[in-house]
Amino acid sequence: MPREDQGPLLEFKAVNTYYGDLHVLKDVNYTIGRGEIVSLLGGNACGKSTTMKTIMGVVRPTRGSVTFDGQPIEKLATSERVKRGIAPVLEARRLFPRMTVYENLEMGAYTQKRGAQFDEDLERVYSLFPRVKERRNQVSGTLSGGEQQMVAIGRALMARPRLICMDEPSMGLSPLYVEQVFDIIQEINRQGTTIFMVEQNAAMALSIAHRAYVLQTGKVVLSGTAAELRENPAIKEAYLGELQVPAAA
Amino acid sequence: MTAVDVYLQQAINGVSLGAMYALLALGFTLVYGILELINFAHFNVFMVGSFVGLGMLELLGVMPNDPALTGLTLVGVLLLTFAVTMVFSGALGVLIERVALRPLRNIRGPASMITTIGVSYVLFNIVLLGFGADAKNFPSPLPQVQFAIGGAVLRLREILIWVISIGLMGGLTYFVQFTKMGKAMRATAQDPDAARMMGVEVDRVIITAFFLGSALAGAGGLMFGLYYNITSYVIGFQAGLRAFTAAVLGGIGNVPGAMLGGIIIGLVEAFGSYWISAAWADVIIFSILVLVLVFKPAGLLGRIAPNKS
Ligand SMILES: Nc1ncnc2c1ncn2[C@@H]1O[C@H](COP(=O)(O)OP(=O)(O)OP(=O)(O)O)[C@@H](O)[C@H]1O
Ligand SMILES: [Mg+2]
Repeated sequence: MPREDQGPLLEFKAVNTYYGDLHVLKDVNYTIGRGEIVSLLGGNACGKSTTMKTIMGVVRPTRGSVTFDGQPIEKLATSERVKRGIAPVLEARRLFPRMTVYENLEMGAYTQKRGAQFDEDLERVYSLFPRVKERRNQVSGTLSGGEQQMVAIGRALMARPRLICMDEPSMGLSPLYVEQVFDIIQEINRQGTTIFMVEQNAAMALSIAHRAYVLQTGKVVLSGTAAELRENPAIKEAYLGELQVPAAA
Repeated sequence: MTAVDVYLQQAINGVSLGAMYALLALGFTLVYGILELINFAHFNVFMVGSFVGLGMLELLGVMPNDPALTGLTLVGVLLLTFAVTMVFSGALGVLIERVALRPLRNIRGPASMITTIGVSYVLFNIVLLGFGADAKNFPSPLPQVQFAIGGAVLRLREILIWVISIGLMGGLTYFVQFTKMGKAMRATAQDPDAARMMGVEVDRVIITAFFLGSALAGAGGLMFGLYYNITSYVIGFQAGLRAFTAAVLGGIGNVPGAMLGGIIIGLVEAFGSYWISAAWADVIIFSILVLVLVFKPAGLLGRIAPNKS
């Protein structure tokens, strides 16, 4: 099939996702362009992680279409999506706790061939995160939260993804770490990887994202460039206020 | 025989029994590690393995009460019989997973476990109806070579069991630690959703776990026949229950734990039978199980499983 190098990298069209009777995503549309950092904002339980799971194929939408690189993927197995170039940084890291850091990185490269390319990718991860290299033989369950997040991002990079889906990369990290992680996300993006990122830390997210969507109880209620959203009074009040309390839905 | 000789003899017997239990326990642990399912069909995969081994030996012209084989013939017959038995048993495990368990995969509750009990009885009855209720003499192709260690006796059949068990367990450990599929198995056991999102095809991991576990159980069943020179449709339940105990004792889901648990159960059985009586062996084994679980609920090498989200 011809590959469209022009259209968006990822697109949701009128996607509806359920857990049993619970209707979580309601006619959701997203368009993620090649090379962008797009942020998904929203309060608790509005369907942000469900969006990520729908992209990865861990849950399937009941209606609507998800296309990646111009082709429908909503019926594909998760492993096939990974092979096509989508990798996750999961909510709460979700490293394999009793495997070493190195083994976790190997798992990230599960769909890749071993050899020169693997070594190159490993070097890239190690140079982005010298700390990960130092800790490569440590069992990952014993790493600090910040170190785990670095491994989680490194693990995603090992898949040579074109799109990384990050679910709350700043969760549970100290402010210093948050800045580091966001710097590295920008760096990864500059090296050519598209990023779709769920964040509760709206100020940080909007500082590096090109565009953002705001989700509320499963519906996209607002979208635009990061600059527009930073100036939007509703966003200022709900997400950028001093307390940064997410909007009650 | 001095007391030391007696202990040594029981240790030899116990480790031999334990090696068989360990092979069987590994199958429980591999499947439990990934699916959190106790596979009771495994009991009778062991039993079927013993009958497959019997059939294969007879096919090769090695009949019960025939004189022992020697040299290359012996090695060839054993290798071929083990290989065929393991492949057949492994395939049986895969078939059970595919036909009886996969359709129930996403159903919560005890449905899958109950199904494995059903499958276990189906295997039991097929062998009973097909081969009759009487115990079958098992060929003994091994020469009656034995070594005296002090007053204790080490027979060739024990050495065979040890060598093959160590080989198989070493092979499995290597597989799980170092191969790509082995790592995928560990990752899946630790976090199945995350493993899937790394690109792991979880169905293939599950099939591999069933194949390997069942192949090891088949090897155990064949060893049982070679060790006792007898087999019967009933051997699955007793050996299976002891091996299951071994898996829980070592920490179910934990590969080295299953090996350790198997050896301990074998030794307990041997020494318990000697000091008290064989009739009490199960009482002792299960009492130990209860005690371990009270004081160390996750088993000797196990961890309390974190809640999977
Ligand atoms: N596997 C599941 N089964 C049933 N309901 C689920 C499941 N996963 C999530 N839900 C429900 O779907 C809704 C949306 O969940 P989701 O995880 O997408 O929220 P979220 O926006 O990521 O929230 P948070 O900011 O707390 O991470 C919630 O009400 C949640 O309870
Ligand atoms: Mg979430």
